[in-house]
Amino acid sequence: MKTQDLRTYAKNTWCPGCGNFAILNSIKAVLKNLQEEGTPLENVVLVSGIGCHAKIVDYIDTNSFYSIHGRATPVAEGIKIANQNLKVIGFAGDGDAYGEGIEHLIFAAKRNADITMIIHNNRVYGLTTGQYSPTSPLGFKGRSTPGGSIEPPMNPLELMLTSGATFLARGCSNNIEFLQNIFKEALNHKGFALVDVLQVCFTFYNMYQYYEKKVYELKEHNAGDYSEALKKIREWDYHNDSPIALGVFYKKESVTFEERLSGYRSDKKDVESGIKKALSKTI
Amino acid sequence: MHELSLLIGGKAGFGIDRSGEIIGRLFNKIGYRIYIYRDYPSIIRGGHTFSIIRISENWIAAHQDKIDFIVALNPETLEIHKSKIKKDSMCIYDSEQTGPVPGSYCLGLPLSRFIKEENAPDIMRNTCAIGALTKALGIEFGILKEILEEEFRQNIDFNLKVAKRGYDESRELIKIDPLQQESLPFLTGNQAIALGLVKGGLNAYFAYPMTPSSPILHYLAGVANDFNLDVIHPESEISVILMALGCIFAGKKAAVGTSGGGFCLMTEALSLAGMAELPIVTVLGQRPGPSTGLPTYSAQTELHFALNAGHGEFPRFIVAPGDAEEAFYWSAASMNISWKYQIPSIILSDKNMGESVFNLDMNMVEDLSEEKFLSWTGESPYKRYLLTENGISPLAFPPAQNAVIKVNSYEHDENGITTEDPGQTVQMQDKRMRKEKFLTQHLENIKAVNAYGAGDKDTAILCWGSNKGVCVEIGKKLGIRVIQPVILNPFPVTQFKEALSGVKKLISVENNSTGQMAALVNNHGFDVHGKILKYDGRAFSPEELEEKMKGVIL
Repeated sequence: MKTQDLRTYAKNTWCPGCGNFAILNSIKAVLKNLQEEGTPLENVVLVSGIGCHAKIVDYIDTNSFYSIHGRATPVAEGIKIANQNLKVIGFAGDGDAYGEGIEHLIFAAKRNADITMIIHNNRVYGLTTGQYSPTSPLGFKGRSTPGGSIEPPMNPLELMLTSGATFLARGCSNNIEFLQNIFKEALNHKGFALVDVLQVCFTFYNMYQYYEKKVYELKEHNAGDYSEALKKIREWDYHNDSPIALGVFYKKESVTFEERLSGYRSDKKDVESGIKKALSKTI
Repeated sequence: MHELSLLIGGKAGFGIDRSGEIIGRLFNKIGYRIYIYRDYPSIIRGGHTFSIIRISENWIAAHQDKIDFIVALNPETLEIHKSKIKKDSMCIYDSEQTGPVPGSYCLGLPLSRFIKEENAPDIMRNTCAIGALTKALGIEFGILKEILEEEFRQNIDFNLKVAKRGYDESRELIKIDPLQQESLPFLTGNQAIALGLVKGGLNAYFAYPMTPSSPILHYLAGVANDFNLDVIHPESEISVILMALGCIFAGKKAAVGTSGGGFCLMTEALSLAGMAELPIVTVLGQRPGPSTGLPTYSAQTELHFALNAGHGEFPRFIVAPGDAEEAFYWSAASMNISWKYQIPSIILSDKNMGESVFNLDMNMVEDLSEEKFLSWTGESPYKRYLLTENGISPLAFPPAQNAVIKVNSYEHDENGITTEDPGQTVQMQDKRMRKEKFLTQHLENIKAVNAYGAGDKDTAILCWGSNKGVCVEIGKKLGIRVIQPVILNPFPVTQFKEALSGVKKLISVENNSTGQMAALVNNHGFDVHGKILKYDGRAFSPEELEEKMKGVIL
């Protein structure tokens, strides 16, 4: 596998100024780092849904499964079930993962599937040209809500925490170095990790200046404490004007789905005699 | 004694289903061929449940309307099945619950009292009745003992005691002589499908519970350890198929099972499998719709759904087995075909196919094993969608050194990278469809259309799936040919034409209201001259089909 810059020949079609570049560059740096630390790149599989975010798999020269809208999570889980030695990283948009495929995130968190989900949360539908998303603020004027969205947003991190996620963090496309550190920590986490990335959509919802003013890095936060995590996660509800914390909110070691599944596996597999045995039992 | 039909009935929750299987095994142990039809409502407790156990010296796969022997665990059973009872039908009933039933062939036994005297729970009334039945059939108690010892790991002594009490209190009504032929395995169509998938190399099975396919999930979960399978029940059918596709991408052979409603949820991902060229095998157990319909009954209404499910155009393999042998064989073959051509396969089953109990004669099953698929040999650079003459690209799975493996739901180039180029779009669509052409050629060497019975009459029955048994039986009786296409897509036109040779009148027998098979063969240029359609959720009985056939022939 090529190790240089992980670039493919696919032409990048993100808008200039798109927050996705920050995610792309951060994850590439983290992958290179992983490789230097001894994880061969062929052990990495990237999965994406559909949306602007999803093009990321075309731009990285490594194994990938470019799936369908809302369904990156179960695909990632299936890959990990098939081979636990693979490092599986799912990319999904906010419409993608928090809208159409939200049930999969809840269940992946509940079963503590050992995958990392990176959510490109630009709080708007980009590829379909600007509709409100599950994390758009109340009153958001999009193409399907010209008079302003009449639904308040959801707080995905709060939902993920109560669903059983064992690693929860938030990053922002304004700060690449910080994003890299979070990605690295998420990838090193054993179990279900989700990073909500406030990714600026330059064309349909440019929050660059706003985030610049509002974000702060979590310091002296006890990520092992559920109540403290919940409190911090609730500080900003994706609608109000509160300060927006970035960093790792919650982190807990717990048995993974795949570890439990392994407990049920056997190394015996003799199809012929097994079928004979199964049939003779019925006589 | 060549044949006998026996009905056991009672309230849902009485354990009728299991009792039916035990009675089936009783006959199976002494060399009879068995078919069990199961009828139960979509409720857990209450309602009426019954099983019809039909036995014969020869292969059968249909149940009869008229009953020779009835085991009534409640008074309603005798009432509900009145029309099935003949003048000389035998019966065993609980005389504590049911008033005296006239006729010297009827045996009223105070089963409830026996149970109380034995201090046994009410559910053991079944065991007691089966004990009494064994005696009434003139079968040795030792045979029942053997079966009960295999069936009941716990409380075996108690069960044996209760069965023996029933046996001792009963009397012989008929003598069922053992036959001098080997007992055959005896299992549901769903079990045959499950074992066939295993034979085809199954590594993982994903399913969300839905009648009539849930028993595949339950069965495979039970034998997972014997075959080193991952058997997983995720949050929805959508997750089921997408997890399976992830699994397949990583090199594990996976299958999924569902019914019509669940398959609706899977179709978007079926289309993904078509585009990404991921070999997914789906068991589609049909039941009456639209919508929830009759969840625990049977239908053949998803043929055109299976043919057309998923957006876009992509090749697929569809097969409809008609008995346990075919279920086993074609489930294994579907795995091989899917992996060879990197296409989705659909095994069309239904409630009567999946949940009825059949004998499985492995001597009748053509030998097949898990086949090798086209693998990447290691030459660089790897291209997941390499353009080849037959459209099949070599497979590699992560982690593979020196290979970047990219699959894509978008139109893509040979490397799996998204493209919107018109030339590449056509090239890739042609590549995928080319596989169908080669698959069609390949299938010409496999028996895809079965024909049974006399070839000289100019009338023939056209049937598919679970109607095979009843159609073959009536075809034989009336001396007319029965033609059963097993592969439904790509449709075996040449073989079908050969099977039709000399036929002037083709009558389609189907469990739907429109004649879906008739429409399918029509699409391929064949005329169907009559349709016998039944869509009340119940299976055709031979008597019923014979009468309807006579009406059509005349």
